[in-house]
Amino acid sequence: MPTTSVTFTQTPLLAFTLARADDALVLGHRLSQWCGHAPMLEEDIALANIALDHIGQARSLYGYAAQLAGAGLTEDDFAYLRDAGQYRNCLLVEQPNGDFAMTIARQFLFTAFIDPCWQVLTRSSDATLAAIAAKAQKESAYHLRHCAEWLIRLGDGTDESHARAQGALDALWMFTGELFETDAATQACNDAGVAGDPASLRPLWNACVSGVLAQATLRRPADAWMQGGGRAGRHSEHLGLMLAELQYMQRSFPGAQW
Amino acid sequence: MVSLAPDRLARARAAAASVCDPELPVLTIEDLGVLREVRADAGGRIEVIITPTYSGCPAMHVIALDVETALLDAGFSNARITTVLSPAWTTDWMSVQGRAKLAAFGIAPPVGAAGRRALFGLDAVACPRCGSARTEQVSAFGSTACKAQWRCLACREPFDYFKCI
Repeated sequence: MPTTSVTFTQTPLLAFTLARADDALVLGHRLSQWCGHAPMLEEDIALANIALDHIGQARSLYGYAAQLAGAGLTEDDFAYLRDAGQYRNCLLVEQPNGDFAMTIARQFLFTAFIDPCWQVLTRSSDATLAAIAAKAQKESAYHLRHCAEWLIRLGDGTDESHARAQGALDALWMFTGELFETDAATQACNDAGVAGDPASLRPLWNACVSGVLAQATLRRPADAWMQGGGRAGRHSEHLGLMLAELQYMQRSFPGAQW
Repeated sequence: MVSLAPDRLARARAAAASVCDPELPVLTIEDLGVLREVRADAGGRIEVIITPTYSGCPAMHVIALDVETALLDAGFSNARITTVLSPAWTTDWMSVQGRAKLAAFGIAPPVGAAGRRALFGLDAVACPRCGSARTEQVSAFGSTACKAQWRCLACREPFDYFKCI
């Protein structure tokens, strides 16, 4: 009987790697849901391309996680056999696509964080994470440019597009605080020179976000109550519904291969 | 004792280097810079090192399979294909010959040296058909991860541009 769950010994390095991997997979899957539905063909292709980059990053990271965990685990086990409570992604990336403005705002807020994060990780004492980051930071730079341009176009566009972009920012803002939280695993990785302190990325994120929002004539929402918990496995209901779709095949036919 | 004659390694290298990118069939993986190294271990087993252009490049699996097949055809039955991420692939590794082949095929080759581009910088890309510099970007993303969509304002033809990363 093939296994339908995955058990492994959590270490700080594995937890940190899975947080990066889960962010990438969940956001990549969300973006892939636009395929065939985007407002225009070029953007349909763009969102699918960005999704592919994220899923590629996730594969590299899950492959490394499997190597760290040992016990014959594979990248697929991490993607398909963990329930929502075992996922360590931030809440921002699991939020539903909403309209195009919501997707672009989510992508921009996350990419303004992950782009400098990858750049810091290129100097990691962990050679595998440094190698994955060196590839990913080229992709994130390109994504950041693309979604920043769209946010400016929407914010500085029509009354309708402005209102939708502002509404998206207002709705997503409470999920941005979690990006800069330091949990025990991240702290241990930071101490070991494996990862930087996420809090140190905040000035870069602030500068990027404020600059683009000003150009977009959008108002930066006030920092108020910030929702957290994703890194500890406490997710919104949206993640479970997304995983039900993503994991359907392995849940229905455990061990299925083709 | 297995022979490690240099010509044997050269044959293996030639076989691996003959493999074309499935999405850019005019380019070999050597032209692209995806083929990093071909070497033999102490026992004479051939190992081919390849690196992806993008993290999610779906062609990597096919490339690995094609390399294995090409080596099999050349008489190397147990070659090992290893994918490495570091150092990260860059368009700077594309050969001069590769750039010329791309342009002849109708795809504008990457312009300038790779690097983290300025957030709102714009490339000046010449039309691969008529050579005009009067071109504009239609979309930053294209039919594959490595390309963007452009159009020429002189001859009015759309074309692919190989993104510079």
